[in-house]
Formats: sequence, structure tokens, C-alpha cells
Amino acid sequence: MKVPLSWLSEYASISKTTKVSEIEDAFVRVGFEVEGVDEQGTNIKGPLVVGKVLSIQAVEGQKKPIRYVGLDCGEKQNRFVICGATNFAEGDLVVVALPGAVLPGDFAIAARQTYGHTSDGMICSAKELGISEEHAGIIVLPEGKLGEDALTLLEAKDTIFDIAINPDRGYALSIRGLAREIASSLGVSYKDPAGDIDVKKFALNKEGIQVSLDDPKGANIIYIRTLSGFDSSAKSPMWMRRRIEKCGMRSISLAVDITNYVMLELGQPLHAFDSAKVEGSLHIRRANKEKTFTTLDNVVRNVSDEDLVVADNKKALALAGTMGGLDSEVTEQTTGLAIEAARFEPIAVAKNSRRHKLSTEASRRLERAVDPALAEIASARAADLLIELGGAAHIGSAMDGSLPKPSVITLNPDFISQLLGVEISHDVVALKLEIVGCTVDKKVLGKWLITPPSWRADLLTPADLTEEVARLVGYDHIPSTLPTGKSGATLNPSQARRRSIGLMLADKGYSEVYNYPFVNQEMVDLLGFVGPRAASFKLANPMSDQAPLLRTHLLPGLLDAAKRNLSRGAKDVAIFEIGSVFRDVAKLSTPKSLPISQRPSQSEIESVFATVPAQPLFVVAVVAGQLDRSGWWGKGRKFDWSDATTQAMEIIEATGNIGKIVQSDLAPWHPGRCAEIQVNGKPVAHAGELHPRVLEALGLPARTCAFGVILSELPVQHNVSAPQVITMPAATQDVSFFVGADVAASAVQSALVAGAGELLESIVLFDRFISSDDGKVSLAFTLTFRAPDRTLTAEEVSTYREAAVASAAKSCGAQVRA
Amino acid sequence: MTSTGDSLSVDHIARAKTAALEAIGKASSLDALKEVKIHHVGDKSELAKANQALGKMEPTDRAEFGKVIGQAKTVVADAFDDRQGVLEKERDTKVLIEERVDVSIAARRTPKGGLHPLTVLTNEICDLFLGLGYRVAEGPELEAEWLNFDVLNIPADHPARTMQDTFFIEPLDSHLVLRTHTSPVQARTMLTQDPPIYVICPGRTYRADELDATHTPVFSQVEGLVIDKGITMADLKGTLDYFARAVFGPDVKTRLRPSFFPFTEPSAEVDFYFNGRWIEWGGCGMVNPKVLVACGIDPEEYSGFAFGMGLERTLMVRHGITDMHDIVEGDIRFTQAFGTGVK
Repeated sequence: MKVPLSWLSEYASISKTTKVSEIEDAFVRVGFEVEGVDEQGTNIKGPLVVGKVLSIQAVEGQKKPIRYVGLDCGEKQNRFVICGATNFAEGDLVVVALPGAVLPGDFAIAARQTYGHTSDGMICSAKELGISEEHAGIIVLPEGKLGEDALTLLEAKDTIFDIAINPDRGYALSIRGLAREIASSLGVSYKDPAGDIDVKKFALNKEGIQVSLDDPKGANIIYIRTLSGFDSSAKSPMWMRRRIEKCGMRSISLAVDITNYVMLELGQPLHAFDSAKVEGSLHIRRANKEKTFTTLDNVVRNVSDEDLVVADNKKALALAGTMGGLDSEVTEQTTGLAIEAARFEPIAVAKNSRRHKLSTEASRRLERAVDPALAEIASARAADLLIELGGAAHIGSAMDGSLPKPSVITLNPDFISQLLGVEISHDVVALKLEIVGCTVDKKVLGKWLITPPSWRADLLTPADLTEEVARLVGYDHIPSTLPTGKSGATLNPSQARRRSIGLMLADKGYSEVYNYPFVNQEMVDLLGFVGPRAASFKLANPMSDQAPLLRTHLLPGLLDAAKRNLSRGAKDVAIFEIGSVFRDVAKLSTPKSLPISQRPSQSEIESVFATVPAQPLFVVAVVAGQLDRSGWWGKGRKFDWSDATTQAMEIIEATGNIGKIVQSDLAPWHPGRCAEIQVNGKPVAHAGELHPRVLEALGLPARTCAFGVILSELPVQHNVSAPQVITMPAATQDVSFFVGADVAASAVQSALVAGAGELLESIVLFDRFISSDDGKVSLAFTLTFRAPDRTLTAEEVSTYREAAVASAAKSCGAQVRA
Repeated sequence: MTSTGDSLSVDHIARAKTAALEAIGKASSLDALKEVKIHHVGDKSELAKANQALGKMEPTDRAEFGKVIGQAKTVVADAFDDRQGVLEKERDTKVLIEERVDVSIAARRTPKGGLHPLTVLTNEICDLFLGLGYRVAEGPELEAEWLNFDVLNIPADHPARTMQDTFFIEPLDSHLVLRTHTSPVQARTMLTQDPPIYVICPGRTYRADELDATHTPVFSQVEGLVIDKGITMADLKGTLDYFARAVFGPDVKTRLRPSFFPFTEPSAEVDFYFNGRWIEWGGCGMVNPKVLVACGIDPEEYSGFAFGMGLERTLMVRHGITDMHDIVEGDIRFTQAFGTGVK
């Protein structure tokens, strides 16, 4: 909310010598963020005077309208100036900058020759004076004496604070509330503007328009004050106009300005109906009789049965607390007024406002809860002003509802010191609560009874009171202490694993990326996902219709990122992401709504947990091009399916698990170049080259590879049993075979291992080629044997070798090569 | 003397010495000299064999021959050392010079990888709080609405629960949302563990903001939660001071400003003073007793504090990142610049 210092100072006795920065700090200290400070009128130098337009002569032959204007500025001689604005007529009062004046931006005014005339000054707009963004034309004054200092009349010199108001502090959306806050923060006296208003002179009777809360849940209390004989030609006085403008609103007409002024002053939104257009009495009800409603911004709105409205006997007249209707709007012909002031239910107003996307000055206040005591006071204040400034007469007032009973909080004042960690005396606690407006009953030691003021519906618990005391004492008075938990905290295995794997990949030249988890059906289809990988959660409100689904795999994001890097000129890309994916769509269920007044039962809590699908953690990488690069040392090597597979294996092995590679054809991998890796017989990873069709469709280089490991599927392994390190010499034996093209090398290797006996230390495939004669595959292995207690003899080793060969021959049909 | 054969004649020793000296003199490189050593100086040289034969001699002869052999060995060893010195010097002044390379062309043969700076920062923060006895707690990104909102005292009509701010899953009665903060992890922790609780909760979070230079719909948060006997707002302040100094440097100042969050009371915004200005860092406060009650923790016995910060903002301020796009687009040049955060 924008507030001028001049208005605040009327109720908070801020010293003239207090610096703007001190006021700013004082607001921040008690919880009001200052979003901007506008020091108006500091860079203007007079003479600026009130002048009356005597004559207007158009200067012909110009592209835009140029007028030569005669002015009476209360001087001996009339003055003539050139002016480009057209929003004024003869007889109007305007603001004239005389030669010698300096306007904001070091704009010095001097007599000058222009458009064939001498322009002896300038007629000013609000924008030129730096007091408003309004630049529709020059200022036309409602009042003023000729030659009077216009800067004083306009109250041009002022400081405007733009204050952010937290949602729990609706009362502070007013001069009344902010003056109270700044007074308490600066430690100066405060006068409540609501305290001056005499409500008794507007008696409740049956003379004016009556009101009833047909829906008692729609509001606590409502006042209607009916007035007649309003002079619709009366203009808003300058001081009122200026205050409204300084608060960032526009002056519209006297009746509307008065409702806005009182709202700014006290915080109570008011609505003025043209009483001639109200049939019968007013009712607060739901809009269950209407289908549409036209608001005063001339928009026809479809209304919901839930909308709260103010209606007469026939039809809805206003969306309660949000916006009035076009039909009952105050116009230039209005002479009778019905002023409404209500404490509508905040949630009802919030819903009205949200449903119709109408956030207004009124709804912003009412949805944050307005002081219920204000309905009576603010409506009286508005009636006063209508009588004083618009010549109206009070006919009668009506009300319905009642003030809510204030809650009483039992407070042990020591609780505050205990929670804040700083000793605050009982006296200070009581004093600060009283400054806030609470009544403090200290009769029972340790059980004070605190009654919050009517405007503080947010104060309900001792914790709420603690915040009030703390912010008035100052958060900066709270000391700084460092508590610690139990020693011995460590990352859990899943966290430690994730960190190690990230580091491992980064050290090998991969770059980590974080992708959005949003995908679309085309991508799912393109990647050939089926089953759980094709069943995505759908967002009800996606950022873009292009990506309404949640990812079931990290590949889509990585492929996009790879593409982006390549399009920005990267030649080789190796990227990875560690993140969750969203599957398990079938299990969606509706949880019960549980209250929070106490801990729900264990089974209720578990039922909530059970509605949340499992979100497995993956590490996935995409590599295009080389990871072993070319350079002056020679040619590099393109990352291939084997690199992808062994990298996935390395990740699995790094977690202490043993992976087994089996042939697979899972999409979107190349159906002949995809490895599935199993741990304990369960697939935990896929790796290899991506399908050429996918790469082509995405514009990625041929032979781009990828691997993905489901980290959350890898069992946590504990202590490794130490191997026996044998120091006896090793004996090696090479064997080579021919096998059929469909026999996996891993099967041959397994058979060799099974046959070689327990002295086999290691086995390595050192050569593989496909025979050009018969298409058979040649495989050559080196077997290394070692005994713990002796040097193996050549005969012994040869026996083991023969046993291994026999095993391979038997289970894989491997024929020993000559 | 006959039994020892030729090897122990004085002549033989002299010949062996001459041959050794000649070979040493002829050795033109250190490698060649190494060969010479095997044949003429080492254990298998003629002189060494002669020396070994001494043991089998009559004691009377032993002294005499011993002396001759000893002298010969000394002469050969000295010549060897001299030659080695000469050749080493030659190598140092000539050969190594010829072997000189341009070391400036040394290059990585694999690209430089890196962890995303958000990971680097998360690791740093987790380690910091592990040191204070906090555990790292995590939870699902797709979360039950009740855990993301209700249990945190954010009622059904709260503006944060509209589609303008929160991503909802279809159908709406599944009551699943993409978590808008990592606070549901706090709720899960309080619902499943008994105090004392000291946890730090990093993770990805979601709000329906358009991506621009300072906003992203997918962002990262870290939240801290402490529930213990006698926890005060001073403890919160001290923890934030410690945290800020670790992240932004020892000279950083913090301040708390009163604010409002449904799940804390009193609530505050925490700002830090960095490079000459106050910057909003995050929200914090004492855990609202309503939340403790909803989670089954007795507010008469326990109190606690919570705080939460956006990691992107922290990163942007600390590293001078001016555009959020760099954080979310996955350009490898950006990640590579941050390395792995190893200090």
C-alpha cells in the first residue's frame, strides 16, 4: 500500500527531523517491507502559481494541437503561454510555472519564442511536477486563489512509502493501521482516526434502506446509511484528491472519492449505491437466482451459486466486497445514496475475487479480514463527509449482524522469553501487547488473560502474541546461539551413493544437468515407451500444453539438453542427470481429508503416504561423439555401446553390487545394441546405442549412446569380505574357440569359469572376430591360475585348462581353434 | 693353487682388469655402461668370481690374492664411477635437451566434466549441517496435498493452493501436487520420528511461475527443521548466522524481519548483507504449535524452528549469475565451470 508521510503524521506524531531512512527502517523492523520510497516535490523550485485560463487561441498549421493561452495569475498583467494540452477550457484553474521555476529533471522554465509567440511560462501536468504518473493532460484545479502558491495547494512536497502488507495483517492496509505501526516502532504517540467519529448522530431507524444478512455465513455485520439531497456537481476538495492520488488511486467523483478516502483512512471498504436504483431492501445472499451479473467495469460475468452478492429485493447489485454492479452505480445524476459497510467473510470475498479474477482495493482488504467494529464507524465517517462536502442529508441507517465475540488468550508471560531465547520483563510484555491494542488482565500470575483488539483477528495463540512482542522489542534484540543435534550424523547410503556416482561421472568428463520433468505424448511415443514407462501423470495446469505430462524416464530431458548443446556449437556432449521419475499411475486413489486439530491415527497417516506413488531415482547419461578426444596425440575414439554398458556396470560395481549383462532390445535403444544389466536377476540398468530412428527424428548424431541405472533398485551392500592375496606365482593359459554367431561371449566365459576349477584367478576376453568363411565367432581368452600354497606345475595347469575347454564345448558348443 | 684353476692367476686378474677398463672406456652411453657393469663390475664379472674363489684358497695365498683382487676391483670401480659421471653429465647437457618437449601442449584427452552448481551447493550445505548433527531428509516431489498444505496449517482456501501457484495432477481428487516447497519432508519427518529432530531437507520444488531471468517453475530449496526441548528463536538466529557465514563468507551479516507464514509463529524473513546491499534470502520462524499438534508433538514439551531458502537465488548471488536460463538449460559450458566443488 502507498501511504504519504503527511497523512501518517496526522495520527503518528513523527518528528519533522526524523529522516526518511529512519522511517523506512522503522517499518521494516516491525515487519512491513518498504518496496519503494518516492520523495516528491524535492526537486521543484517555484514560482508555481494558480492561474485562470482567460483565452485560448489555436495556433494554426501545426501537426498537433498547439494553443496560445492567456492566463490571469493574479499579476498586474495577464500572461500568455504556449500549451500542447487540450483538456481545459476558458475559466479553468491551472498550475502555471513562471520563468525562473525549475521542474524535476532540471527543467528550467524561461520565457521563450516558440510557434511564433512568446511563451511566458508553462501550464503543468501532474507528471511534469513528478507527483503522479498521470499524463493525460494538465492539472485542472477544483479550487484555488489566483497567484496562490500551487506547490502548497497541491501538497506537492511529500514522501510516499510503498509498503508490502503480509496476508495476516489486513488492518494495516490503511492509514489507521500503518500510523499505529510506525508510531509504535518509532516510540511516538498515536491517535486513532476511528476514535474521532461520532456514530450516535446517525441513529438506526426504518427511514432509509433496510438490510438483512440472508446468508449469515456471508458476513458478521453490515451497516447501510441512506442519504438524500447529494449535490452531484460538487467536486472533491483538493486535499482529498491529493491524498487519494498519493495512495496510488485516481480521483473519480466526490461520492466515489469519499468511499475510497474512508477506506484508505480506516481500512473499511465501502460501496455507494444510487439509492433510487435499489428496490426494497438490501440482502446479503448467494447468487443462486442469477446466471450473469454486469459489474461496473461493464463486463458481463457468469456467476456461480457460491458467489456472495449484495442484492435488493429483485436482483444482485454488487459482487460482495469485490465490485459493484453497473446498474446501481453512482452517476452524475445521483442525488440519493446508500452507503454499505460490511465485514464480509474473508473466504467468501477471496473466492469471489478468485473466481472472477477481480482483485480490487476492496477485495484485497476484505479477504485479509477487516476490523468488524469499523462497519459502523466508517459508514458514519462517509456520511459525515457526504453531508459536509456534498450537501447531503442523512435519512436513516440500518444494520444487521453483530460483532464477533473477541477470543481471550491465556498467556504465561514467561513463555515469550522462553520461546525467544531472550529475557523480556513482564512489564515490557504487557506494554507491547497494549501498544498492539490488546487488553491485558494480569490478575492471575502466570495466567494472564489477553483480549486482542477487534482489528486483530489473527491473534489467537500465545505464539501469535510472542511475535507481536518480539517485533515491537525488535528481532535484532534476539541473541544468536547455535544448537546442535546428536553427533555422528552421516549421509544415508542412498545419499552417499548419489554423491559418489555424480563425482565419478563428473571426473570422467560428464557434465551434470537438471532438466524440467515435463514431457509430451509425442516424445513418449517417439521413444517407444510402453507399459509403466508410457503411463504418465498428467498435470491439470501445465506451464504449457506442449508438455503436460510428468517424465517416466530422464531420457527426454537429456536428449533435449544434448540437442541444445549441439545446436550451440558443442561437438561432443556427455551429460547426465540424477533424478526421480514418476510412474505407478494406476494406483491413484482419493485420500480422506484429515483434520489437523490433532495427529491423525497411524493408519490414517499411512493411508495418506500410500496415495503417493513411488518415485524411483535414476542416473541417466547421454553421450554423443567422443569422450576420448582427438588431438595432437592422434585420433580420438567415438563413445560406443560398449562404453555405455561398461560405464553402467562401473556404477553398479561402485555400489558393491555384481551386475550381469544380458542382451536386450528395449526401446529407445538400438534393438541389436542394448544391454540389460541385472542384479540378483532383476533388471537395474539399460545401456547401449540409441535407436537410429529416434536419433534421426530428434536431429541427434548417429550412434549417440545412453545408459540409465535405477539407483533406488540397487541393494545397499555392507562390508566386503577381504580377499586372500596370494603371493605364489601365477600361470597363464590362452584358449581360443569358434562358437556359433548366436552364442554370447559371456556364456562361453561362464562355462570356462565353471570348468576351470577354484584355482582360476581371472579370465579376460582378449580377442574376438567373426570368421569370413562360415560366420562363426572366434573368441580368445587368457586364463590365469594361482594356488595359495605352491607354484603350479605345467601339467597341473594344463589339466585345469582342458577341464575349462571341455565345459565350454559342452555348454556352448565351443570348438577349440587349431 | 692348481685347484682354483685359471681364475686365480695374477695374469688372469690383470687381464680381467684390463678388459674391464677397456669396456668401461668404450661405453658410449649410460645404457651401454649398464651392460658393461653386468660383465665387468657386477656379481658375475671375472673379478667377482675371483673374489668368490678366495674362500677356497689356502689361508697363506688368500691374503696375497685378496690384495691383488681388491686393488683391481677398486681401480675398475673408480673407472666405472668416473665414466658414469662423464656419461651422466653428457646426458644432462645433451640428450635431455634433445628430448625436450613443448609442455604447453599438454592437454586433457577427455573433456572436463562437472557437477551442476546446484549439486555442489547442496553437497556443501548438507556437509555443513551434518557437522551440526543434522540428518539429510528427503521426500517425494510428487506429494499428497495434505502433506504439502493441510498439515502445515495452510487451509484449503489459502491462495497458495490455487492453480495459479501450484501444479495439480489429474484427476484433481487424487489430491496429488508437485510439492511447492520441501516442507512436506519436514511434515513426514515429524509424523514418523520422535524428537529431538535435526534435519536438513534439500530438494526440487515446483511453482507455476513462467521461466524468466529470475524465476523458474522448477527450482531447488533447502529447508532446515529442529525440534527439541527448549529451542528458541535465538537458536534459529544463530543457526542462520552460521549458515550464512559458511555460504557467503565470514563477513556476511544477517537480519530477521517479522513476516508471515502459516507454519511458523513468530515468522521472519531472513536477509543477508552482501556486496553492499540487503538481499532477501528466505523465510523462517518458530514452528507453529498447530503444526506440532497436527504431527503429534506436544508443544508444551517441545519447541522448534524451521527455515527455507531457494538455492537458485543463493547461487545467483554468490556466483554473480544474472540469468536463470543458465541454471536450467543444461549447457555443459555452465556446468563445467563449476567443476565438482572439491576444495
